[in-house]
Amino acid sequence: MKFTVSWLREYLEFDASLDELSEKLTSIGLEVEEIVDRAKELEAFKVCHVLKAEQHPDADRLRVCQVETGDGVVQVVCGAPNARTGMKGVFAPSGVYVPGTDLLLKPSKIRGVESNGMLVSEREMGVSNEHDGIIEMPEDTEVGLQYAKLAGLDDPVVEIAITPNHQDALGVFGIARDLAAANFGTLKTPNLDPVEGQFESPIGVRLSFPKDVTPLPCSRFLGRYVRGVKNGPSPKWLQDRLISIGLRPISILVDITNFVTFDLGRPLHVFDADKLSGDIQPRLAKEGEKLLALDGEEYSLSATDCVIADDAAPQGLGGIMGGELSGCSDDTVNVFIEAALFDPIAVATTGRRLGIESDARYRFERGVDPGFVESGMEVATRLVMQLCGGEPSHVVSDGNGPDWAKKVTLRKSRVKELGGVDVDPAEMLQTLDRLGFNPVDNGELISTDVPSWRMDIDGEADLVEEVMRIHGYDNIPTVPLPRLNAVATPSVSPKQRRVRTAKRALAGRGMIEAVTYSFLPSDQAALFGGVKPELVLANPISADLDAMRPSLLPNLVAAAGRNQARGFNDISLFEVAGTYHSDQPDGQQTVAAGIRAGASGGRHWDGAGRAYDVFDVKADVLDLLDAIGGPAATAQIVEGAPEWYHPGRSGVIQLGPQKRLATFGELHPSVLDAMKVKGPIMAFELYLDNVPLPKAQGKTARDPLKVSDYQAVERDFAFVVDVDVTADKILRAARGADKKLITDASIFDIYEGERIGEGMKSVALSIRLEPLDKTLTDDEIEAVAAKVIANVEKSSGGTLRR
Amino acid sequence: MQDINKLESELLAEVGNVKDLDALEAVRISALGKKGQVSLLMRGLGQMAPEERQEVAPKLNQLKKTISDAIDDAKAALNRAAMEARLASERVDVTLPVRPENKGRIHPISQVTDEIIEIFADMGFTIAEGPDIEDDFHNFTALNIPPEHPARQMHDTFYLPEKEDGSRQVLRTHTSSVQIRTMESIKPPHRIVVPGRTYRSDSDQTHTPMFNQIEGLVIDKTSHMGHLKGVLKEFCRAYFEVDDVEMRFRPSYFPFTEPSAEMDIRCTFAGDHIKVGEGDDWMEILGCGMVNPKVLAHCGIDPNEYQGFAWGMGIDRIAMLKYGIPDLRAFFDCDLRWLKHYGFVPLDVPTLGGGLSR
Repeated sequence: MKFTVSWLREYLEFDASLDELSEKLTSIGLEVEEIVDRAKELEAFKVCHVLKAEQHPDADRLRVCQVETGDGVVQVVCGAPNARTGMKGVFAPSGVYVPGTDLLLKPSKIRGVESNGMLVSEREMGVSNEHDGIIEMPEDTEVGLQYAKLAGLDDPVVEIAITPNHQDALGVFGIARDLAAANFGTLKTPNLDPVEGQFESPIGVRLSFPKDVTPLPCSRFLGRYVRGVKNGPSPKWLQDRLISIGLRPISILVDITNFVTFDLGRPLHVFDADKLSGDIQPRLAKEGEKLLALDGEEYSLSATDCVIADDAAPQGLGGIMGGELSGCSDDTVNVFIEAALFDPIAVATTGRRLGIESDARYRFERGVDPGFVESGMEVATRLVMQLCGGEPSHVVSDGNGPDWAKKVTLRKSRVKELGGVDVDPAEMLQTLDRLGFNPVDNGELISTDVPSWRMDIDGEADLVEEVMRIHGYDNIPTVPLPRLNAVATPSVSPKQRRVRTAKRALAGRGMIEAVTYSFLPSDQAALFGGVKPELVLANPISADLDAMRPSLLPNLVAAAGRNQARGFNDISLFEVAGTYHSDQPDGQQTVAAGIRAGASGGRHWDGAGRAYDVFDVKADVLDLLDAIGGPAATAQIVEGAPEWYHPGRSGVIQLGPQKRLATFGELHPSVLDAMKVKGPIMAFELYLDNVPLPKAQGKTARDPLKVSDYQAVERDFAFVVDVDVTADKILRAARGADKKLITDASIFDIYEGERIGEGMKSVALSIRLEPLDKTLTDDEIEAVAAKVIANVEKSSGGTLRR
Repeated sequence: MQDINKLESELLAEVGNVKDLDALEAVRISALGKKGQVSLLMRGLGQMAPEERQEVAPKLNQLKKTISDAIDDAKAALNRAAMEARLASERVDVTLPVRPENKGRIHPISQVTDEIIEIFADMGFTIAEGPDIEDDFHNFTALNIPPEHPARQMHDTFYLPEKEDGSRQVLRTHTSSVQIRTMESIKPPHRIVVPGRTYRSDSDQTHTPMFNQIEGLVIDKTSHMGHLKGVLKEFCRAYFEVDDVEMRFRPSYFPFTEPSAEMDIRCTFAGDHIKVGEGDDWMEILGCGMVNPKVLAHCGIDPNEYQGFAWGMGIDRIAMLKYGIPDLRAFFDCDLRWLKHYGFVPLDVPTLGGGLSR
């Protein structure tokens, strides 16, 4: 909402400065977004007297002028054809910014002659496009006066943001009323006296809605015929008002409607009465009915749109825009003025569907004062008569408008209890009174009517806000929130803490955290398990962000692709966030996922980096599982990862078939092909919600450390087994030989080749024996070794390699 | 006698001439070995008369010691020279770059979320979370946002497909939905903060369709706007690490708070850098207010008994402000260069005791 300070002064007497006005507006909830003060921008541009203008010795088109600035005489070289001795012009001294040319003036030499400052044109000042010559002021103008003031540019334009509850401030008068309530000045009320009608309107009004439509899209319509008007360009004051807030003057009749819209927040319409046939009938449009609107566009209407029609056709979209065919022109002689009330939701729905932005729609969809319809008509009639002449009819009307009367009570104590500040009850009463409420002091309570222009007020809390905003939020003392505990207690649950730990654990492994969108293209989701129809957005921001992600991996893979395109091939990224499996709260899972592409270490003088393989991500996911307190040591690792992994290079970490904790592996080449990303890429996904929380929360003591001082023994074995026998099987069998003595079993060599035979492999493992109570004898060691051999041979079907 | 002196000088000369450990060993054997010259002389002592032996024996012993010492010294010198030669040969170019290592990074959103949580934890808040996909009640109705409110329009809110009963799930447009879930499921009093992903149908220079918010809620029997100001002031001081922050509360409007306010803080814009806490400009950083009694009633809380306040702010935005990050869209682009530049070292866990920022 834009207005100028002089416009505001029409309704508010005040002495305060522009800065004070700005602060007050913001402090009462009418936030100032911008103030354009041309007078301040142009304050250095002052009237001057050209004492002498002589030909430049070295340039035909330049003149050397001696200029009396009011601040001494300076020499200016000027190229304007009208620069001449004795004229009064406008001077800008050195050091001043010239807005029209975007230049900072500096003393200079022009063709060898010194020049200080500038004699300016209107275009150079940025006040018009006039550039035929420098500005000429009347000869009797006093030297040293500010040009902006003489040119009437000293009326600052204020733009404020309007919150949805303050439709009452969508007119200058409403803003003045709020400021007056805050003691900022004295309110001046507009002249709302009725204009007496001289005859019966030849055009009647008839609300024509089906009985079952509630609320009525148009609940009240006032019309008045004015005959014998003369349209034409508006007087200067009216044009200036509109131009000052960025509106284009069109003709008196149109300008009046725009002016009242911004002056009093009351949108109006004026029909050329001679272009109407029959009575005015606000009604629902017929499906497919067409309307050529004032913006020159033809709109196709639907059966829920409210139109203002005559006997023949729609002549306007109710509360949004008038029709071109019944609009006023310079030839208009008889007019029909409309002041009506439209339902906010109906206006918003139609406006949105048709994509029409208008000042009327903006106001009606926020709610126009239902108590100001008659007054709006009187103001409009008076302006038409003043500016266009003519003779008014009696007002015709139909409909009663909505029932807006409300009563609200305020417990005086609630201002302190909610607002945290003591406000004198007398101030509460005064504030509400000035805001147009009708407060009555009932001891502990204030009972009040709600003014018609404050449809947002419907409870005690609203009254507290009214009192508080006028009293000033800055006057609320700042109070510390009482501490509940002397020392803070943990703010995160164990599950939340695990998420934080997971991020730092993965970053600690050299991976970089990514945050990606929760949605992705459906076709990428399809590569990672697919997306249910219920998780495809009805209105995605773009077609490639339409599906809620079933996995974190596709976004990470796409990110790898983008980085590859930038020339970075060694990529370790992770994300800890949600995946979506149904549209219900329990359908969201928290997952930690990561990818590694390229090589660890990269190319280097000490050798090429090692290409990432499946065991890098296996290490990532096992370490992560360990870091969050999960069962890394006891979980099973089996085959059977989802289809987006390489079938032979992937695995699942689980606590039994029903309890999958994680999957890892190389991504399937066809998935990468489909996403056009270079492979191979290793990946893992850890389903945090599936990982059991450590038992015994709150137990901080560790189990006692048991170490042995007796000699530990290591023994190596090699077994020839079928190539399909898993390492896990062999290690489990070896460990199982003596769970007490054997503290570690590891594989240190794998060999496949001619010496072993087709379909077989040799697996070399080392076991470590740590006796707890005595040094082992050779016999005891041999006995354990024999058991290891027996166990492994039995479970793997292989033989010890001799 | 002269033989001993002569032998000594001969042997010392030989020791002095050796060039390597093998030659030195040969000299040692020829002098002190079983059949060495000195050993042979020592062996001759047995045949000597006692008087003669008494005279010669000490000299021979002295000779043996002198030669032996000389050999030890020569050996040490040769070892030293060999070590020096080896070290000289082992020289490397220490200016060569080290082997590349991966340096992990924490995303600014995670880091700043941890910072914020740390501050509110100290004020007695716990973390609450809720689902990204919400129903109409939790995202709108319970928050006093009526069906016709512009925020519910398709151009503002992401919707999932309409169900048979006409209902549509939404991507939550704010973390305020978690206020409702908390108040529905747990009895007051409440002190919670809610970080999380939020979604609005908006995409341009300064808006992304997904962004991160953090919401705060205090519900008890006495907390008022003065406490709200107190909490936010302490937050700003701690977060921006300044002694004092001038704040401005402006009346504003949100359906779920009444009275409502927006909070601005003092700042200075210097080029692309923003200095917080002082200056001539104001910067809006959050919206807040007293919880609307209708919202309490929707959650089954008696507004005549309980009251409180709430606020919400953009995590991404205050991360940008604090760490001078210019472009919101880059947060979600995963450009490794950006992540390495603006990301945080994993060990930099923000704590109040150890300092929040890095």
